[in-house]
Amino acid sequence: MADKKLTVARTGNEAMAEAMRQINPDVVAAYPITPATEIAQIFAGFVADGLVDTEFVTVESEHSAMSATIGAAAAGGRCMTATSSQGLMLMAEMLPIASALRLPIVMPEVNRTISAPINIHCDHSDTMFVRDSGWMQVYCEDAQEAYDSVLMGIKIAEKVRLPMIVSTDGFIISHCMANMDLIDDRDVKDYIGKYKPQTWLLNPEKKITIGCLDLQDYYFEHKMVAIDAMRNAKSVIKECCEEFGEKFGRKYGFFDTYKMEDAEVAILAMGSLAGTAKVVVDNMRKTGRKAGLIKMRVFRPFPADELARAVSGLKALAIMDRSDAMSGLEGPLAVETKAALYDSAGKPKIHSYVYGLGGRDVQISEIENVYKDICDFAQAKKKFGENVTYLGVRE
Amino acid sequence: MATLKELAKKPKFFTNGHRGCAGCGAAIVARQVMMATEGNVVVANATGCLEVFSTIFPYTSWNVPFIHSAFENAAATISGVESCYLALKKQKKIDKNLKFIAFGGDGGTYDIGLQSLSGAMERGHDILYVCYDNGAYMNTGIQRSSATPKGANTTTAPAGKVEQGKTQKKKDLTAVLIAHHVPYVAQAVVGDWTDLTKKVEKALSITGPKFINVFQPCRLGWGYDPSKTVEVGRLAKETCFWPSYEVEKGKYRLNYDPKDKKKPVTEFLKPQARFKHLFKKENESLLKEIQQDVDDAWQNLLKMCKCTNE
Ligand SMILES: Cc1ncc(C[n+]2csc(CCOP(=O)(O)OP(=O)(O)O)c2C)c(N)n1
Ligand code: SF4
Ligand SMILES: [Mg+2]
Repeated sequence: MADKKLTVARTGNEAMAEAMRQINPDVVAAYPITPATEIAQIFAGFVADGLVDTEFVTVESEHSAMSATIGAAAAGGRCMTATSSQGLMLMAEMLPIASALRLPIVMPEVNRTISAPINIHCDHSDTMFVRDSGWMQVYCEDAQEAYDSVLMGIKIAEKVRLPMIVSTDGFIISHCMANMDLIDDRDVKDYIGKYKPQTWLLNPEKKITIGCLDLQDYYFEHKMVAIDAMRNAKSVIKECCEEFGEKFGRKYGFFDTYKMEDAEVAILAMGSLAGTAKVVVDNMRKTGRKAGLIKMRVFRPFPADELARAVSGLKALAIMDRSDAMSGLEGPLAVETKAALYDSAGKPKIHSYVYGLGGRDVQISEIENVYKDICDFAQAKKKFGENVTYLGVRE
Repeated sequence: MATLKELAKKPKFFTNGHRGCAGCGAAIVARQVMMATEGNVVVANATGCLEVFSTIFPYTSWNVPFIHSAFENAAATISGVESCYLALKKQKKIDKNLKFIAFGGDGGTYDIGLQSLSGAMERGHDILYVCYDNGAYMNTGIQRSSATPKGANTTTAPAGKVEQGKTQKKKDLTAVLIAHHVPYVAQAVVGDWTDLTKKVEKALSITGPKFINVFQPCRLGWGYDPSKTVEVGRLAKETCFWPSYEVEKGKYRLNYDPKDKKKPVTEFLKPQARFKHLFKKENESLLKEIQQDVDDAWQNLLKMCKCTNE
């Protein structure tokens, strides 16, 4: 399969829409919002040209987009939607319902900050806001990864029976063109296979009531089943990533590492920053600093043990959050990584950064300074006044 | 049109054993609407009394496929279900012919669910939406909604020393739906089963979006004896407080015309504790105002029946 290489130039949004075309979902319900609008728009073109068999529902809001997608997925279809920022916030009520009903919806998401002030540019505040909604979350570095992750997402979600958000950085990835390899339509079809839901509303063999009222006597057990599904999702993700790598030659994991074998200091980051950080790692290595990078992909389920292992032995780690939860603590990636390391021996010194809110550009020089600072921090030559540094914000 | 005897012999698609209040009108709506079907239906329900009392796990009153997901989105949810049905039908994954019905209370329909209802109607899904209008958020303890009638006592617009219950008029949601120019819109009441089942049968025979607004007495929120549900429903119709009519392809038709036997609105208000304060001497003018509102709306309806059929 992998030898049928089809290299094209695509934006992140085009890549995700292309994956949706190949998936050919039964139902797509969507509503426009910058910078994700294009995904539904391109897909509408596929519908208009008869390239997909999808029932395309042009709903009147994102709340209805998610509600209709839930209805359709519960009915027994392979169903998708796409959104960003305020759209995701409007869906928020429905997200835990999708996961508790165990519906394998895959949702391309384009990371954009949340209001107020209103701003259309990238940070991870939107998906981080719904990190506890029972959806798996995958953050992507580029169009290729977004495309691959949407395809893998279908497989993972349907095996785990939990929904998944696959996100790209707004504009930085969604609107920038890059070379990528597409997989042949037939191969995608074979890879994802036919969807066979376990229980479905339209099943003529069995009438079911979905969405019952559960009181003190059952709620906890029913919730527990979904909680377990999220815990068990890790093994499915691992298997699916391996299978995808074997079939198509591109290897993914919970996170990707760059020059971590002998690294003494590293950055932990998500999304497009990883591309910039790789350049900086190379620059640092030229100056004799043993720098490395861990790019988080799967934020939900959180790969705590794997991450603890990956950073053990490092002298210092910088954790880069592109959102701030306004918790009085560090950003969510830092908080959760620290929690993951609590029980582990040989944990590095950690300093955390919040950067790029509202699309604020991050310069190579800034990331170089992060590496330099944590090198000094590792050697006790530098102390940070606070646990978190806000990078690139004017005072 | 089946007789009552025939209807009673049909399988129960909405069964007894639920936990609605004794004399609950919402259960009557669900039972009669489902009676009018052949069971080849899929139901979506908004959060509210009906959903809460009919689906307490591990029990269900629904002998048809049923889905509830949230409060404001029964119309959006059924849109998704219906769309998936079309997709699966095309692929021959199902061959059964199915109909789609959504139930929502007045809160879930007039207020928080209005947008999703409007969207679904405009998109033209082949669905029937049934609003069971009991004029308040009953499930959360009788709070006012935009369907609460003027003067009614509710827990968020109570009758007190200076206020006399809800000060605003009830929203005319049926008119809003008529303005969507969908193929079928109707009003019905609990208490006239032939009328309601006929309307459901007719609605289900029409392709496209349909809406039926059923006026539903709620013994708890309205404060009357549980044995009087049907009687109170009929009084709403007989006083023209809630006229029974339908609009098919833009043409209005009255389904009940009291002619010169139109009862004064006080006959509908009197048996209900929520209007008790209106019968105090000092509230006489309010009663008059309510009667005037009813008369005006009735005259307007008669005009529409005439002019759309000319
Ligand atoms: C988003 C949201 N807001 C509020 C509620 C609380 N709530 C549940 S049922 C209900 C009242 C329902 O009123 P109505 O639709 O008139 O139905 P009824 O209970 O009268 O049958 C409310 C306010 C909710 N479940 N979801
Ligand atoms: S409160 Fe009213 S609508 Fe709710 S169950 Fe009781 S009678 Fe029925
Ligand atoms: Mg109500």
